[in-house]
Parts: sequence; structure tokens; C-alpha cells
Amino acid sequence: MSTKIDRAFYDIGHLDILAEADTPLHRLDPRAKLLTTAVFVVCVVSFGKYEIAGLLPFFLYPAVVIGLAELPLSFLLRKLLLVSPFVIFIGIFNPWLDREVMVQLGPVGISGGWVSFASLLLRFSLTVGAALLLIATTGFGTICMALEQLGAPRVFTVQLLLLYRYLFVLIAESIRMMRAQSLRSFNAKGRISYRVFLQMLGNLLLRTIDRAQRIHMAMLSRAFTGEIRIVRQFSFGYKEACFLAGFGGLFLCLRLTDLTALLGSLVLGITG
Amino acid sequence: MHMADALLSPAVGGTMWAAAAAATVYCSAKVRQSLDDRKVPLMGVLAAFVFAAQMINFTIPGTGSSGHLGGGLMLAILLGPPAAFLAIASVLTVQALFFADGGLLALGCNIINLGIFPCFIAYPLIYKRIVGSHPTRARLLTGSLIAAIVGLQMGAFAVVTETTLSGVSSLPFSSFVVLMQPIHLAIGIVEGLVTAGVISFIWQARPEILEKAATDQPIGILPIGKILVIMAALTVLIGGLLSWYASEHPDGLEWSMFKVSGQEELETREGLHKDLAGVQEQTALMPDYGFKKSAAGDSGRLGTSVAGLVGGLLVLLLGVVIGLVLKKRGAGGHDHSHPHDHDHSHPNHHH
Amino acid sequence: MSHHIVEVKDLKFHYPDQTPALRGVSFQIRHGESVAIVGANGAGKSTLLLHLNGYLTPTDGQVRIGDYQLTPETVREVRRTVGMVFQDPDDQLFMSTVFDDVAFGPLNLGFTPEDVTARVEKALATVGVSHLKNRPPHRLSTGQKRRVAIASVLSMSPDILVMDEPSAGLDPRARTQLIELLKSFEHTKIIATHDLDMVVDLCERTIVMHDGLVSADGPTMEIFSDDKLLAASCLEKPLRMQGCPICRCKG
Repeated sequence: MSTKIDRAFYDIGHLDILAEADTPLHRLDPRAKLLTTAVFVVCVVSFGKYEIAGLLPFFLYPAVVIGLAELPLSFLLRKLLLVSPFVIFIGIFNPWLDREVMVQLGPVGISGGWVSFASLLLRFSLTVGAALLLIATTGFGTICMALEQLGAPRVFTVQLLLLYRYLFVLIAESIRMMRAQSLRSFNAKGRISYRVFLQMLGNLLLRTIDRAQRIHMAMLSRAFTGEIRIVRQFSFGYKEACFLAGFGGLFLCLRLTDLTALLGSLVLGITG
Repeated sequence: MHMADALLSPAVGGTMWAAAAAATVYCSAKVRQSLDDRKVPLMGVLAAFVFAAQMINFTIPGTGSSGHLGGGLMLAILLGPPAAFLAIASVLTVQALFFADGGLLALGCNIINLGIFPCFIAYPLIYKRIVGSHPTRARLLTGSLIAAIVGLQMGAFAVVTETTLSGVSSLPFSSFVVLMQPIHLAIGIVEGLVTAGVISFIWQARPEILEKAATDQPIGILPIGKILVIMAALTVLIGGLLSWYASEHPDGLEWSMFKVSGQEELETREGLHKDLAGVQEQTALMPDYGFKKSAAGDSGRLGTSVAGLVGGLLVLLLGVVIGLVLKKRGAGGHDHSHPHDHDHSHPNHHH
Repeated sequence: MSHHIVEVKDLKFHYPDQTPALRGVSFQIRHGESVAIVGANGAGKSTLLLHLNGYLTPTDGQVRIGDYQLTPETVREVRRTVGMVFQDPDDQLFMSTVFDDVAFGPLNLGFTPEDVTARVEKALATVGVSHLKNRPPHRLSTGQKRRVAIASVLSMSPDILVMDEPSAGLDPRARTQLIELLKSFEHTKIIATHDLDMVVDLCERTIVMHDGLVSADGPTMEIFSDDKLLAASCLEKPLRMQGCPICRCKG
């Protein structure tokens, strides 16, 4: 029963460990990676509904990042698969509603719906993949610092950091709670009734509020005055500028010009 | 349900991002002003609680399916609107990054859909009015139920609107509404029951926690009004900028902007009940949408798109090769670079 | 100025629901002393500790730390003088990396970034965890967390270290190493604990609390030899002072 929660827990920890590696990409200033990811996502989603060809070259970026940062592809793919249901749920209506044949491949006519569905899946893999790559090469704490340097309010970034810090503590606590519950419930296969669920949640909430009070105590005893301060020096240097300009430029170029069609017709022209 | 990048156009995503950013800045300023430094750890830890709590499921009797806590309304009750909004935004940010729920562009939509409605509408206008300062069991239950249902209905409606405006899904607006609203009615009922249950538990065990929370944040009419004005202004501004941009750069962007500007028409025509045919008729009026009709017949365009496909595949292949090469090289050179990875893979697991 | 660094005079404290937690506690501690506070659960140890850094305000009585009478005006100075290490390191380490956590105090005290970095590195080196600097706290073992928690107050250079159950939850080796570490500190130490064997190692003086009052205050060995006192305070002799379980001879 608790495999789902164990798995989620393990996954966060795993991304955390990936982010601790020391590769050229990991060493890059987080702002460069954050902004590059933003340009990437906007370029990808700005394509037309039926675009497929133009999206393919964008896989260049994940391939390069995975290579440079030595990330495990299978782990990332599994994470991608895990979150795909909602997009598939919405997208699967496209082939059903949009049946007009759009591309004729010999005897097989492919409807606009299938084309747009395929396009949707490509977008999904690219955008979600980009987010995963960002976290796996940067680490959550560092992303928060970058957000703050890009203008996010301190109150908010501190929230993010605290949430992240206590996520692990509280998930461990709820795992212990569920284990204790399942060891003493003999009736059903790990099912939790509404009443028991409320008791568990209520108790967890009370413990959490008490913990917040103890943390506040610990903060006060270290001269806390309401503001959390952090020293962190990042340097946005020549490497970062190259990374951002290089990839950003490439994405815009791929988006605005029909580079792929040019390349394709060149190849087709040669072979045919 | 979370909005996803893949369903969004940059115009809609960007606008919602700007609105979410404005709301975050506003709420951060509000929280700072309140000068209650106890809230600093409380917000973070309660956000983590929502996360942990979402992993505990209970079995809904008679259905075999399971329910869990969403948490938006509960955070609003415990923290007050601005702090709760920030807590929800931080939960969604972590979900976007670690669980790939939605994606980065959709984060703006998700923060608005799941943050604004429970914190600034459902809680102050419904829950607080019904429950008041002297809650009873019945009032708690009614208040939580109605507030949760309304909050989630609005959120679901926002998802539908954003998706339709983006135009990536072919699902017509009306069918989408019919699909989403009932699902979210069920989710809302579960959310309301769970919220009421947990809050009454706290009320019985430690009433002072709720008393503190209730008297803490007097939220008047002014702040909500201000937020709405700021958000409306930003929406108009960014929508305007993007549509100007779109008119300069035709295709995907333009298409979605037509949808955005077509919104008025949609509403004035009492267009909520339009059926599939109606929507198709409407969309067919848009010049670029005609692409799919001309594409099949026009061999020139088809030729281009085959060439595009080939070119795209080539670049993709190149990318994979580059990735593999980089990875090989890296694996050879940096094998010893993270020796602690294996023994510390998850130290918090207590067997 | 007296030569006492901590002076508690007739301290009384009631919780808001009127439960008395401290019913008139008095003691004095000199510079460099290492004092244990022992007693059963609910005897008032933790409540007492929370008064030493001004988190709780006495219902009646006085607390003086160094030159300062503890008042709302002096609480900041007092907190700088008293380094408080809490029982659960997960409560104490709330930042996202070890470095940020140890830097938290010095930054609040207004040191420059360079000074802060120097202080952090020194504190981490003192407790022997410099290599963990960039780790997130959730990926540390309990022993490592405890060391970082100690570093997080050392970086503020306090005169007094107040610790609540520093050895709780540690494995035997980590516990021994922690005791060695604490022994090497020259700070005035006040340690509330159930680990009486550690008290024998670390503290020359012991204050026994029972039911919100000090029931005994004196040299550690004397107190632990008083069977009647220990029994009345729900305590037991440290293991090493009990007879050998195999040969039954007195230790």
C-alpha cells in the first residue's frame, strides 16, 4: 500500500542526488539554466497545433543536457510516463473529434486529430522533460536562489526552501504513521477508512503545527528577527552567457525559420 | 487537476504566469507587513504537510476509489489568504519541478486555478461567512463543503477556459465543461468532507490554533479588490503585448490569439451551449485554421512538410548521437566523481 | 559584575492553562562550569532551558545571563550569549544546506558575508563536518545532524552552550564521539539529559529536578551515590556505577 509514497519519496531523493553531481553543466550559474529552460518551453509551446517536424529538433537540447550532465535516461523516461495520463486524457479527444484527413501516406490517410495528438505528446515530453532536466542539473535550493536573484520575493523563496526541507521530514513521518496503521488493521488490504484517515491526518497536522513552533524557537534562539538571510554568490560569467545565448539563439532560430524543412529538402534533393 | 504545458499556448501561459507572479508579489508583501514571524516556519511546514498528507489515501465507501486532501481550503483556514496562497504556490512549484506535474509554463495557470479561488474567494466569501467566529460542527461541515466545491468548480472552469483559449486540444468548450465540472464536483465533495473533518479534529483537540488563525488576518474588501484590479490590468497589458507580437509573427501564436480575441464573441453570443458543430463553424472562419484543409490538397505544402519531417528527424538523430557521445565520454572521465551516490540513495528510509 | 555567568532566582512559571511547570527554581553557575540537569519526564527540565534564552518569560522570579538581567530589551544579547541546541536536530536545522544553516545565526547578527563564511568554516571544522558543507540536512545521519546543530550555534561564538538531550538517538559510537567533542569545548555547558553515564563523563556538577523544583544540586558523583535521592526523583544510577551483572560485585 505504501509503495506509492515510498516511490515518490525515493524519486525526490534521487533527483536530489543527481543534482549534486559535479559536471560542467551542474557548475553553470542556475540563472543561465533557468532562463534557457524558459526560452525552450516558450518556443516549444508556441508552435502551431499540427506541428511535428519543427518540434523534433528540439530534442537536441535534452539529448545534449543528458549527455553533458550524465543523467540516467531510463529514470527520466519513467518519470515522464508517470505524469502523462492527464495530457493523454485531454489529447485523446483530438483524433476522435478531428477526423478530417490531413496527410495522405499512400493508402493510409492520417487525420488532423492524430497529427495534433502526436504533436501534443511531443510538446508534453519536451516541456516536462525540460523541467526535470533543470532540477536534475541544478538542485532545488539553487533554483530557489536563482529565482530570488531574478526578482522573486524573499518571503516566497524562503517558503519554497522550508517546504523542501520539511517535505522529507513529514513524508518520513507519514510513512511511519501508515506503517503503524497497516500493521494493526487486519480487516482489509491496507484500506484506510474515512474515520481513520481523518484521525491520522489530524494527528499529523497537530504534530506539524508543534514542529513549526519548535522551529520558530530554534530560529529565535539564533537571533531571528523575521527575515531569513542567505549568502550565496553566483557568477554569471562568460560561460553562462555563451550557454544562454547559444541555446536560446538556437531555439529561436529553430522556431522562427524553417531550418528543418530546408535540411530535409536538401537531403531529399540529393537522394532523389 | 493540473494544467499542463503541452495544452497551453504561450499567450495564455504567459498571461497566467504574469498574473500568478503579481499575486505572489502582492501576497509576499502582505505577509511581510503582518510582522508575525511565527508564520515564517508555519507556512513552510504546513505546505510540506499538504504534500505529505496528499500521499495518504482513504477508501471512498462503495466506490472502491480513493480520496485524499487537496489542501487549498485547509491552508486558507489555518494561515489566512495571503500566507495560504504562498504556501499553495510553493507546493505547486515543487510539484512542477519534482513530479513534473504540469510543467513550468503551466505553473502560472496552476497557481491561479488552485490558489486564487480557494484563498481569495472560497475562504473569505463562503467559508468565513458560513462558519463565522463561533463554529459548530454543522456550520464547519456546510462551510467547508460549499467552499471546497465552489473553489474547485472555479478551478476546473479555469482549466477548461485556459485550454480552450490555447487551442491545442480539439475538445470543444461545451463538451470540455460537461466533462470537467462533474468530476470536480466529486473531488470538491471529498475535499470539503476531508477539510471539515480535519478542521473539526483540530477544533476539538486544540481550539486555540483556529482561534489564532481566525483573528489573525482581517481581510477586508479592499485587498481583494486591489488584487483583482492589478490582475485585470496585467492581463490586459500582457494580452495586448502578446497579440501585437502575434500579429507580427503569424502561425501558432496568431492562432491562439485569435482565440483570445474571440473570447468576447464567445460570451456575448451566449455561447456556452454551443455544440461541436458550432465551434467548428466558428473556428473555420479563422484563416490559419484552414491549414489542415489546404494541407492535404496542396502538394506544395505537403512536400514542405515531408521535407520538414525528414529534416527534423535528421536533426533529432544528430542530437541523440551527440548526447550518446557526450555521455560516453563523461562516464569514462567522471566515474569517480560522485562516490557517495550509492550508499546515501535514501537515508531517510527507516527500513 | 559577579563571577557567576548564570543566575536563576526563585523562577516560577505557569503554562497558560495554569499548570505550574516551575515552582521556584534557584541556582548559580560559574564561568566554565559544566552542569547536568537531570530529572524524570515532566520534571521541568525543558521549561527551565527555554527560560535561559528568553523564549519563555518567567511568571515570577529572575534570570540573569552574564551582565544582563533577562528582559524583553536584553533578550537579543542574551540569545547571542547562550547557544541553544535543541533535542530534535530536524527542528534546529531548517535551512536547505548545512552551510546556510550554520550561517543563519551570524547573518542575523549582522556580520559581513566574508566574516560569516569564515565563522561557518571554523564552526564546521570544530565539529569535524567541513566536508558536509553543501549537503542538504535531510541527507545526513543523526550523528552528523547533531554535529551540524552544534556548529550552527558555535558560529555565533556563544559563551554558554545549553543542550537538550544531546546524546538522544545516537548509536553508541556516535555517542562516544559526541562526548569527546563536547569535552573539548571550553564553554560553560548546561546539559539536560536522561543519559546519566554521559553526565559522569562530562559534568562535574549535577542539578536534580523533581516536580518543578530543584531537589538536589552538587557534585555529580555525590548525587549519583545517593540511592534515596535518585529513587525519590525517579532516576537510576548510571550503568557503570551499578554492580557488574555477571560477577555481581560492586563497581
